[in-house]
Amino acid sequence: MSDEPIVQMTGITKDFTGVRALDGVDFTLRPGEIHAIMGENGAGKSTLIKVLTGVHSPDAGRILLDGRPVRFHSPGHAQSGGISTVYQEVNLTDNLSVAENLFAGREPRLGPFINFRAMRRRAQALLSDIGVDLNVAAPLSSYSIATQQLVAIARAVDIEAKVLILDEPTSSLDREEVAVLLRVMRTLADNGCALVFISHFLDQVYEICDRMTVLRNGRLVGEWATAELPENELIGHMLGREIEALEALERRSSAGGAAEAAPLVSAKGLGRKGAIAPFDLDIREGEVVGLAGLLGSGRTETVRLIAGADRHDSGAIEFDGRRLGGHNPRTAAARGIGFCPENRKTEGLVGELTVAENMILAMQASRGWARAIPPARRAELVAEFIAKLDIRPANGDLPVKNLSGGNQQKVLLARWLLIEPRLLILDEPTRGIDVGAKADIQRLVAELSEGGMAVLFVSAELEEVTRLSDRIAVLRDRELIDVLHQESDMTTERIVDTIVTRGGAE
Amino acid sequence: MSSTTLTERPTRSTLFDGLSRYIPVGATVVLLAAMYLGGIARYRNFDNPQLIPDLFIGNAALLIVAVGMTFVILSGGIDLSVGSVMAFSTMACAWLTVDAGLPASVAVPAVLAFGVLSGTFTGAVIHYFNVQPFIATLAGLFLYRGLTLQISDHDVSIREIDFFSWGMERVEFGDPRDGGFSLPYISFIAFAVVIVAFVVLHYTRFGRGVYAVGGSEQSALLMGLPVARTKIGVYAISGFCAALGGVVAAFYTKSANPLAGVGFELDAIAAVVVGGTLLTGGAGFVLGTVAGVMVMGLLSTIIAFQGNLSSWWARIVVGVLLLAFILLQRVLARSGEKRKG
Repeated sequence: MSDEPIVQMTGITKDFTGVRALDGVDFTLRPGEIHAIMGENGAGKSTLIKVLTGVHSPDAGRILLDGRPVRFHSPGHAQSGGISTVYQEVNLTDNLSVAENLFAGREPRLGPFINFRAMRRRAQALLSDIGVDLNVAAPLSSYSIATQQLVAIARAVDIEAKVLILDEPTSSLDREEVAVLLRVMRTLADNGCALVFISHFLDQVYEICDRMTVLRNGRLVGEWATAELPENELIGHMLGREIEALEALERRSSAGGAAEAAPLVSAKGLGRKGAIAPFDLDIREGEVVGLAGLLGSGRTETVRLIAGADRHDSGAIEFDGRRLGGHNPRTAAARGIGFCPENRKTEGLVGELTVAENMILAMQASRGWARAIPPARRAELVAEFIAKLDIRPANGDLPVKNLSGGNQQKVLLARWLLIEPRLLILDEPTRGIDVGAKADIQRLVAELSEGGMAVLFVSAELEEVTRLSDRIAVLRDRELIDVLHQESDMTTERIVDTIVTRGGAE
Repeated sequence: MSSTTLTERPTRSTLFDGLSRYIPVGATVVLLAAMYLGGIARYRNFDNPQLIPDLFIGNAALLIVAVGMTFVILSGGIDLSVGSVMAFSTMACAWLTVDAGLPASVAVPAVLAFGVLSGTFTGAVIHYFNVQPFIATLAGLFLYRGLTLQISDHDVSIREIDFFSWGMERVEFGDPRDGGFSLPYISFIAFAVVIVAFVVLHYTRFGRGVYAVGGSEQSALLMGLPVARTKIGVYAISGFCAALGGVVAAFYTKSANPLAGVGFELDAIAAVVVGGTLLTGGAGFVLGTVAGVMVMGLLSTIIAFQGNLSSWWARIVVGVLLLAFILLQRVLARSGEKRKG
């Protein structure tokens, strides 16, 4: 490993309409190393990468590539300078074939015409170099996202990249695919390429990276060799506060009196063909009910039935003693049921509207369009919830799409809290967001239920479910198989056990 | 190093995928064949060997303009200015040769160069100022129509200019009484445009870039493709084709009508869509556009043979066809999404 850095960024500063995304950040990358950039969402990782690859131009600072100052003005320009990037979302065109995607813009030619035969042959060779075997003439759209990701990497590698940046490449891959990817990364580094790796998965970072640079709130925290930085210290650096924040949030003991009260929500034989088998479930005021199960076990389907987002075709559901007929999210909201769906981008937030406008949506809807919320009252509410949920940047006038994932999730939560629901349904509220925001949301759920709200909570992370829930409904194969409520049952082991044994007994 | 090798077969069969790309075009070809055979079965003289060649005489200008439009639509844009650019080009040919007395060998290249320049300008506005193609080219639609009327608000005859009689001179293929037919030079101009367009779209970097930009402009940019050059290029090509369409119209009518080609841009778009090109860009074939133009031409022919229908029926049927094709595209796109899960 040579000590002469290939990339040296010093004092990089970047502002976005009043928000300082990067503040004097230094970053050094050496040939043959895999270097992780770590930080919470909104710490400035993506911005730093985009400055390096010419998507954004820095407001201050200097970039040296191979010792020479450079300033790229587009990703294409950076690419020709030897810096290639593979993004989280596959940025290829899936209407073209695999081979065309690999060679787009630099196809082998005979005279002015593309030599398709040579292109397919070279594509095959290129992919087999990294251990991937595909039909290169098939359209890219016929392959899984994971495979498309590998094609993107193969493309980046073939452009004789001196620097390869991987921005969250593993977030949509399964285990085996991740293994292939990490192996490919190591091969590339051994060949002298410098790799920048951004990932939320700490285990992957520790497995593959030689060095890490930690950012927080747009500032550099420091650079460490991986071996010298234990995981808990890393998290401490990323959060800048005691990690105990997460751990201090002990699982609350079941609210004693609540168990005796009449249920707020009572589902009897509620079901929908093809989505979830008929189930019974009660939720009392001040109670957190968690839904646990594997992906595809019917978690989302269950909450959508209760929220009225989908119509049930069997059974009945009562809310506060009154039967809900063909309810939909609108009538449900009017009765006091708030529903935060799973996919915040497509089902929840309106990206172009501001934070304040997004927050106010549900409240406005429940008042009717004719009765506008007075501006002063509105500003007051928005400020209150921004502070309460610690939404950053604390500016209600920013378009919501400019916020990081965790903060977007908080805006969505604020929207429903504004209408003061009696039942709050959260489907995967902490997926894909950073540890800090996760802790904030978990704390909030605990506070809300102590205040008497009933919460139905879905999460793929069993630890989170066990930490927060008073009772846990376990799902498997689109069936509610058990409801755990004993103190001693509230462990991840017990849930896994239930899923395995109860499923096997069928 | 070959401990883990990833082998993946396409999630849908390549066969299906290969075919699904051709379903819209295939539907057009089947429709075309059905119309032709139906015509033969129903009407006397429909099997006249001159019938199909005639489609490429009256529709030569439409074919040329629609080919230009195919580039634009494949890239994900739209060009509403082509009808006006075409009328302006015809009028400019007439004005330069009749009034200004320039030789046609100067006037015609000047008009074609104008088409390229105006398209380049439109493309640059669309790309660099991030203006909606619909809006930018709508401005061209008004601008060039106005300019055309400014030159002359009545028909200008170009019969006196010898050059313009060349285009309708015919090349004979066999004896007309013996299954032969004839075609004028303007049809060959249109064929040449189709062939060049086909080669450019399928066998050059620029052509593949058009598909890539139409597939996802954002991705194309991040892949380092010359997006600006590609986007501006397609409008330049469309401008050139519109101007050439205007020259061909001058050959065909031997006069310049300031109100010629009103709504022509919509005919061109209809031909492209009926020819199976996706309105959202990224998928389609220039040969499909040829089939689309033939469908529209054959429709008018059938209505003429029927004799008791008004010519507006052609429009009604085109409207229905357009709707059917757009729905077909949606159904295919949706089934594709489903397969991908």
